[in-house]
Amino acid sequence: MSSAAAATLPTRRTFTAPLAAGTKRAAAVVCVLAALVGLYELYHWVWVSTGWTHPFVVDDTTMPHIWVILHALWQPAQVNQPALGTILFHKSLFTAKEAAVGFGLGAVIGFAIGVVLVHSRLLTRGFLPYIVASQTIPILAIAPMVVIWVNPKLPAGVQGWGSVAVIAAYLTFFPVAINTLRGLQSADPRALELMRTYAASRWTVLWKLRVPTSLPYVFAALKIAATASVVGAIIGELPSGLQDGLGGAILNFNQYYSIEPQELWATNIVAALLGIIFFVGVVAAEKAIVRRAPETVE
Amino acid sequence: MSESGNVVEIAGVTKTFPQGNVTALENIDLTLRPGEFVSLIGPSGCGKSTLLRVIGDLIEPTRGTVTINGKTARQARADRDYGIVFQDAVLFEWRNVAKNIAVPLELLGWDRAKRKERVRQMLELVELSGFADHHPWQLSGGMQQRVAIARALAFEPALLLMDEPFGALDEMTRERLNLELLSIWAKLGSTVVFVTHSISEAVFLSTRVVVMSPRPGRIAGIVDVDLPAQRSVETREDPRYFELVTEVRELLRSRGEHLLPEEEAALRSSHE
Amino acid sequence: MSGIVVTGISPGMGRRLGQQAREWLPALVVFALAIAAWEGAIAAFHIQQFLLPKPSDIVKSCWEQRHTLWPAGWYTFKEALGGFVIGSLAGMAAATLIGRFKTLGAALMPIAIAANAIPIIAFAPIFNQWFDPLSPNSKMAIAAVLCFLPVMVNTLRGLQSASPRQVELMRSYAASSFTIWRRVRVPTALPYVFTALKVASVLAMIGAVVGEYFGGSYDALGVLIRSKAQILDFTTAWAGILVASLLGIALYAAVVACERLVVRWAPEARDS
Repeated sequence: MSSAAAATLPTRRTFTAPLAAGTKRAAAVVCVLAALVGLYELYHWVWVSTGWTHPFVVDDTTMPHIWVILHALWQPAQVNQPALGTILFHKSLFTAKEAAVGFGLGAVIGFAIGVVLVHSRLLTRGFLPYIVASQTIPILAIAPMVVIWVNPKLPAGVQGWGSVAVIAAYLTFFPVAINTLRGLQSADPRALELMRTYAASRWTVLWKLRVPTSLPYVFAALKIAATASVVGAIIGELPSGLQDGLGGAILNFNQYYSIEPQELWATNIVAALLGIIFFVGVVAAEKAIVRRAPETVE
Repeated sequence: MSESGNVVEIAGVTKTFPQGNVTALENIDLTLRPGEFVSLIGPSGCGKSTLLRVIGDLIEPTRGTVTINGKTARQARADRDYGIVFQDAVLFEWRNVAKNIAVPLELLGWDRAKRKERVRQMLELVELSGFADHHPWQLSGGMQQRVAIARALAFEPALLLMDEPFGALDEMTRERLNLELLSIWAKLGSTVVFVTHSISEAVFLSTRVVVMSPRPGRIAGIVDVDLPAQRSVETREDPRYFELVTEVRELLRSRGEHLLPEEEAALRSSHE
Repeated sequence: MSGIVVTGISPGMGRRLGQQAREWLPALVVFALAIAAWEGAIAAFHIQQFLLPKPSDIVKSCWEQRHTLWPAGWYTFKEALGGFVIGSLAGMAAATLIGRFKTLGAALMPIAIAANAIPIIAFAPIFNQWFDPLSPNSKMAIAAVLCFLPVMVNTLRGLQSASPRQVELMRSYAASSFTIWRRVRVPTALPYVFTALKVASVLAMIGAVVGEYFGGSYDALGVLIRSKAQILDFTTAWAGILVASLLGIALYAAVVACERLVVRWAPEARDS
């Protein structure tokens, strides 16, 4: 093919090319963010000035101005307290701790389930339907019970946030288990035969062939799981009565929404940032570990 | 038909790709008469696939013109003058065999009954009559390629473009399909441009073999195949056949200094 | 799953049923064992009833309180379904629009993927403020936003993953870009779309229930589960969870059934 032929020829690329691409991408992100802010404010302006009430009434309470939200981060939420931004920073560290522990726990458990299931069709048939069904349970609904049930069994140091981490782990394990199984199964049958000619043990086949093959799949799942663990941590905090994290903050500021809506908005933006940071962390880990075409699996 | 009576007229075609600054084709002149079977052969990177795409108006030449039956290539494509077959069958996996063959007919706006009848004829032609309801994944590679050929021929295009259509098949399937293609060609009398990297296949099938050389892609020479029109298994044992194979090989080798070592190795093994 | 599609020969009805039974038997055994272990553990370790009720009690409560549980479930299900339909349609429409412009799609894709990492559920209180928290619209909005991004990202990915050869083939027939979209891009995208719809179906139900946690009508399942858990009536709370799960599975199953109807060509059922 002509294009393939062109690709094999040494092409003259300057070393600045990747840098330029990075700048370009950053510029694109900034542009889109600016566009989103613009759209938000435009929507606000159009709906307020025309008095439209569909699909909902727009005013400074339902849609506070972006600058009001950002400004709120520098203001103390209550008198004699540090700025809201500082408070939210500490709260997000707390939630990040829950999410990270839950993420680690869920990823290890999910990976282990995948490894066990790939070696037994019988177990796969027996358990896979329930692993899938487990995801339809509205996690928030069982969170209070998990908290009451798990908390007393935890050591004193992790009581409270530990049970939230368990909820985060519950949301994490599923995509990892499913994709690990799929990834381990995706090993080239000829490569498996090759390993058999070397009389390789199951263990060797697993670590030398199946696991490396599965890595792109596992990372695809970890990216989903990163977000899921943050979601799990936030909603896990809601029924547990914990006030130290973002979930508690959301519940708290929700009650004062009609007076100071910007505080809930600011909290949500911080929560969004936390989710994106977790996601970007996994993407960076993938770039470091998987040195192959990353976008070949979903 | 054009006044000159030629199906394809390529004049001074040059194609450069901006990325990497590759000259894929340089100053190509070539004329095809009606009913001809012309093979394009050469090492990888010689631009034979690019030339095929330029003829089919899938790539625009940087310079030069392509005339099909007196029309521009763009007009010829709009008039549905091309049937094309790729190295892999490129079947639509969501359509069964019959519906795959019917794709160009649907685009031409044929009614259902007419389509059905033509699909039946084409399936018969490529000997797949029992497989109309099968899906592509249920067929072997050779059968898939026969479906692709049936699809390309279904609407009787003026020109059949084949890009290494049997390149991915095993030797035995390939030789059988070579014979089948020749008998189809004899029945329909279409004009064929056939890209290949197999010397034996090129000589066996063609009325003319165009040998190309790489970097930049040029025509190194044209070999007229004066074998009897009726080819068969015995043709491959004909002394003249061997002479022609040698002639093509010599032409390819005379350009050998342009070849990369692995290309030479590939060439050497391709006609064993 | 894999027992449904068999190459070429279709097995007898009896054999197929036997195969199905073999396929599902281990799952049934696991189910029976798990229930038995659960009941046994409660009896053996004297686990307090309010913490972990017996499965038999949960099912019993499901039946005894059917007049409150199931209408509440239906109320929430309608919210989830509305959000699912709105969010998915909007996602597909956005992807179609963005897919028309290649550079726009390329620029937006990484941002959409990053936006997918936002814990949208945290925005539920804001939706409750926008729409009356007691109205089903606020939950529908949450469910819709939850469904939107995965469906958009996957649809876009599907539309962009059409085989270049298939597109080239259609171009050789002088097919318009709309025809190529309809006959190549859409069929290629369908499996991707259904993968996303399955994810979205689960998200929609969870989104509706979680949205109700921040306030909702007393007719809603999420509110019912929450209030029962607050008064430590865990048997009823679990019964409510069971109802929510069953309805979630029903929505998921409906999407799978649609997929089977629409994506019939695939050799392997593209599961979960």
